[in-house]
Order: sequence, then structure tokens, then C-alpha cells
Amino acid sequence: MATIKELSKVPERLVGGHRLCGGCGASIAVRQVLMSAGDAEVVVASATGCLEVSTTAYPYTSWETSFIHNAFENAAATITGVEAAFKGLKAAGKIQQDKEIKFVAFGGDGGTYDIGLQALSGALERGHDFLYVCYDNGAYMNTGIQRSSATPRGAWATTSEVGAAIPGKQQRRKDLTSIVAAHHIPYAAQASVGDWRDLTNKAEKALNTPGPAFLNVLAPCPRGWRYEASQTIDICRLAFKTKFWPIFEIENGVWTLKEVKEKDVLPLEDFLKPQGRFKHLFKPENAGLLEELKQDVDDYYSYLQKMAIATA
Amino acid sequence: MSAITVFAGTGNNMVAEALRQAAPDVVAAYPITPQTTIVEGYAKFVADGRVHTELVNVESEHSALSACVGASAAGARVATATSSQGLALMWEELHIASGMRLPIVMANANRAISAPINIHGDHSDVMGARDSGWIIFFAETAQEAYDNTIISFPIAEDPAVSLPVLTTLDGFITTHAMERCELLDDATVKAYVGDRVPENPLIAGDKPVSHGMFASLGGTYFEVKKAERAAIDASPPVIQKYGDAWEKVCGRPFDFIDSFACEDADFILVMLGSAAGNARTVARELRAQGIKAGVLRVRVYRPFPADAVRAALKGAKAIGILDRSDSFGAQYGPLGLDVRAALYDLPQRIPTRNYVFGLGGADVTLETMHKAYAELAELASGTLDEGLSYLGTRG
Repeated sequence: MATIKELSKVPERLVGGHRLCGGCGASIAVRQVLMSAGDAEVVVASATGCLEVSTTAYPYTSWETSFIHNAFENAAATITGVEAAFKGLKAAGKIQQDKEIKFVAFGGDGGTYDIGLQALSGALERGHDFLYVCYDNGAYMNTGIQRSSATPRGAWATTSEVGAAIPGKQQRRKDLTSIVAAHHIPYAAQASVGDWRDLTNKAEKALNTPGPAFLNVLAPCPRGWRYEASQTIDICRLAFKTKFWPIFEIENGVWTLKEVKEKDVLPLEDFLKPQGRFKHLFKPENAGLLEELKQDVDDYYSYLQKMAIATA
Repeated sequence: MSAITVFAGTGNNMVAEALRQAAPDVVAAYPITPQTTIVEGYAKFVADGRVHTELVNVESEHSALSACVGASAAGARVATATSSQGLALMWEELHIASGMRLPIVMANANRAISAPINIHGDHSDVMGARDSGWIIFFAETAQEAYDNTIISFPIAEDPAVSLPVLTTLDGFITTHAMERCELLDDATVKAYVGDRVPENPLIAGDKPVSHGMFASLGGTYFEVKKAERAAIDASPPVIQKYGDAWEKVCGRPFDFIDSFACEDADFILVMLGSAAGNARTVARELRAQGIKAGVLRVRVYRPFPADAVRAALKGAKAIGILDRSDSFGAQYGPLGLDVRAALYDLPQRIPTRNYVFGLGGADVTLETMHKAYAELAELASGTLDEGLSYLGTRG
């Protein structure tokens, strides 16, 4: 696995000058994942979303690698078309037989958990050689913080508003990583931009895995989560220590959970309180909803512990 | 010297053969009646090792065309096939493929659109793609579906055009009926279609490129769309060039329109696709009775050959425009609107009537055509008004 000194020498694939917000988790996710490709040739596909609109305002591009944006729901289908072209052109003898390219798709949680789930599932089942990276910020941030199936229970979003009748999102978030794992692909993992060593290691593994690989990366949005832009990495670390965002991988069917050390475990409130999207949960009348969210977090963590034991 | 194989084949057989001979690097497709036998046929070619194509069996038509967009941007020769609800599901990607100026050849088995669900032939599906910037062919026969599909590749891939092409044939009537078919040898077709030379491919290019960029308010969206309009407007000479070259290879004539006895005709029926055969048969019968009937079939529907249509129709006393789809709420059906707009530039005014016919595969008989011609005589004499009617419904 690459050291930070080695990573620092890898040329940036997503260069400065893009229009993403300060503190945006998406650009950190992209840079850390692509750093892990070393000097390999990479083609990137992006779903419609913040990442795409902010990095490709014609005639400018922030991508130092070939890039394609097609639409919202089809980053997976698009990258598999590119990968199929690579194979087809090789079979036609139009490109060198020993040429290697890494194919990477990026999509937000809206473009992956929701509208792009079918295309992702199809691409995983077909077994293309590609990496799909979901940068999960838990809502449709590009269109203005609407709830997605990745939005946590209790969170405010502009389509799961907080009011006298309903205090924010009422449903548990979808467990996308398990859905992906159910395709029995060689490698799937959950990571966070707050832990660069873990993320770059996982990205390196994923990029070097023949066949489909998947990373679900926590990538906070200061605008949507309502916190100071300078706090992105701290928020990610709190997400890990409160067990809100467990870090784990599924390698050839074996689940490995990065356990939070007992002495490091923090109450969920420590992750929730710095974020404006959860502030209503601390009103007495919403105590029950806060408890339900805590239960979601505990249940998921214990499910992952059981999966790790069961597949060890 | 080219060799010809003659056999009894269906339209779908012929499209599958045309695709095989054009040797796409990628075919991404999904099954749907009545297109399915095209992708089945192609899958067999792949299984038998007769093609080098990477066949991507996607999970939906949306992903079929999405993968084609990725593959074409990558620099590959790309083809797919669909029909009806599948084409409708692709609607978003139709505009993206043309807006990104990506050559893709797609066959469509023309079929009704739900609801109610109906698997049979009409043109309702294609008309949903009409304004999407694709070049659109309508074949009358299996043989013509083969010819249109082959010439679609060099047209789409010519740098002066660089647009996707929809090569269509009528569901069941042409896709599944058997005809005498002539297949040219593979080497002749290979030489005719040549290789795609991609511009700015995602892979195997000499520099990184970005495709599908953001061009919103204040950006270049408006100018990009103007360029798209200019590209399809400038495509007719290129279409004609490749059509003429194919005519030299196969011996079958190529034109944007297929005009039968229109030169001196008083009454002309205009249509797309497979119904033209019945119309010509009836026109011959009427001519034997001294009635000057003609038939004009439009083969290249987009770009619409307005000048050729106008020139073919200019001497008529009355014109019937047969639409195998409707444009609900519009004054006329899609072809009706196109033809009427073309006629506007004539110094004289020719009365027209628009007939919606054969929806959902409803039978189109010789009687259907007789009825239309009979109405044209009334239209010319002033005993029938212009307007739109449904021809052949039971009530």
C-alpha cells in the first residue's frame, strides 16, 4: 500500500480551479481514489451532480484524465460501454493487446442509491472490469438538499422538511453496500474521506481487482449538513467513532469491519450536534425519533459485526 | 467482384446480417418484441465467433443506449436495436447521443406505444424520436432494411455528419415476414463501410479528453444546438454520396424518396414504410381504369427531403398523406405536418387530406388504399373538405 510520501508524488487527476464548494467531500473522495491508481491510465465517468457540473464547465475541464458525463442514472452503464469499447477495439486489433486502462465511475448517493441503482446492478452482474465509487453525502445536494434513500432517519432535507406534523425524514437509510455485496462481486467496501489511509488502501485494492469493485465513500456536504466548511474531516472522524458510518470491506465474500476501539467510541450526539440538519432532534418532542436513529446505527453496526464473524 | 447470396429471410434476419457485416466493436442491446430476433441473431454470431464484437446484454434499453454513448465516445463502432417502449425509455439518451455528436447505428422495429399495450406495427414509437437529432430511415422491405442499415454506418461516422442514425422497419410486417433477400459477401460490405476514424476518443487517443460537459446558462448550449441543426441540415449530400456508392455496389437504386408514377399523377398518396406496396398495387389498378394515381414513399424521414417531396407532388390535384401514428392535438399527424409544410412553398395550393391508418398493426388492405384514392377524387372536386380522419377503424 502506498505511503503518503508516495501518494504525494502521484500527479493529480482532478486539478484545482474547479467550482466545488470549500470543504466538499466529493472532490476529496475523487482525489484520494484516483491517487491510488498511481500512473495507470484512467477513464472516468461521472453521473450528473455537483461533481460533474463543477468540474466540466465548458470550455474548461478539471480532469487530467479522459472523462465522460452522460446523464444522472447511468454512470455505471456508461463506464461499462467504455470498457466494452476497450475490449472490442482490442479484439479488432485497433489498440495494443497489452494496453491497460482503469475504468472508474463516480456518482453521488442520489445517482447511485436511487435513480442509478438499476444501471449499477446491471453493470455489477455483467462483470465488467471497473470501479464504481459512490460519494455519499446523504441527499440530493446539487438540486438543493432533497432527501434521498441515503438520508439518515431524522435528518432535515428540503423534501423531508421539519415541521409541527413531521420532524424530518421518517425512514431508515438504505444499506447500499450490502445490496452491492449481494451481487457477490470480488470487492466492495465502505470508507470515508476522513481516513485517507484506509480509503487509499481500499481504492488501491479495488482498482487492482479484476472485475467489478465498489466503494461507498462518506463525503460530507457542508451546505447540506449545515456545518462549517473547515470541519469536513472532523465530521467524518466523528461519523466513524460514533459508529454512524462504519468502515468495512467485503473481499471475495469475507466481511471485515474496522472496529471502533472501545476507548474511542463516542455517543451519536457528538456526530449529530455539529450539524444543523439534525438540530431539531434535540428538542424534547423529538426524543423518540433520536432514539430510533440511534437504534438504526446500533442495529447496523451489530449486523456488520455478525457478518464479519459469519464470513471469517 | 462481389458475390450475392439469395435466400428467404425476414427483415430482422437482414438487419442482423447487416450489423454483422459492418462489424461493430460494441453492441449493447436489450430484448423487446418485435426487435428481439435481431439481438438473438447477433448473439448467435458472437457465440459462433463470427464477429469480434463485445456484446453487452444490458438490463434495460436506457442502459443499452447509455452504454452505446460510452462506447461511441470511447471511439468504437457501435450498434444497437430496439422497439416501442424500449425506444421510449431511451428518449433521454437519444438527445444525449446526438447532442454529443456520437455516431451510433440503431435499428428500430416500428411498433405501437402503450397504452393500451400492443406489440404490433405502427410508427408511434419512431415519432417520439423524430425531433431528437437522429437521421431516420424508414425501410419498406427486408432488403431495404439491409441496405439502409449498411449505409447508416459510413453516414453516421463521416466527420461532416457525426450523428446517430435510426434505421427502421415496420414491426412484424417487415421484421418477421419472409422475403427474397440478397446478401452481399462480407468482404464487399467491409470494404464499403470502411473503418471508423474517431475524433477525440476517450481511449487510445493522444491526450485526455472530456465528453458531455456542462454548458448551462451563459454557456454554449445555444451554440451547440445550432451546430447540431447545421450538421443535420448539411447531411443530405453525405447521405446521397453513401447511398449512391451503395447503389453502385448492390445495384439497387438509392434516393431519399421513392416516387411511383407521380410525374403525371392527379391523386398521390404519401407514406412511410411497408404500406407503400399496397398503395402501388392499387395505383396500378386505378391507372388501368384511366385514373392517374401515384405513390410517394419517404425513405429518409430525417433530414426531411422537403424539396424532393414538393417536386414530386407539385402537379397533383389532391394529395392524401397517410400517417401510421398520430400527433394528438396537432392539426395533422407527423407526416401530414411535414408534407403540408413542404407544399406551402408551391405557388398553387393543392388540397390535402391526412389519414391515420394501421395503428397497432390494424390491417392495411388494398381496400384501405382504394378508399383513400376515392376520397382524393372528392377532395379535388370540392365535395370533400380537407382535414384528418382515421381510415379503417370499426367505428
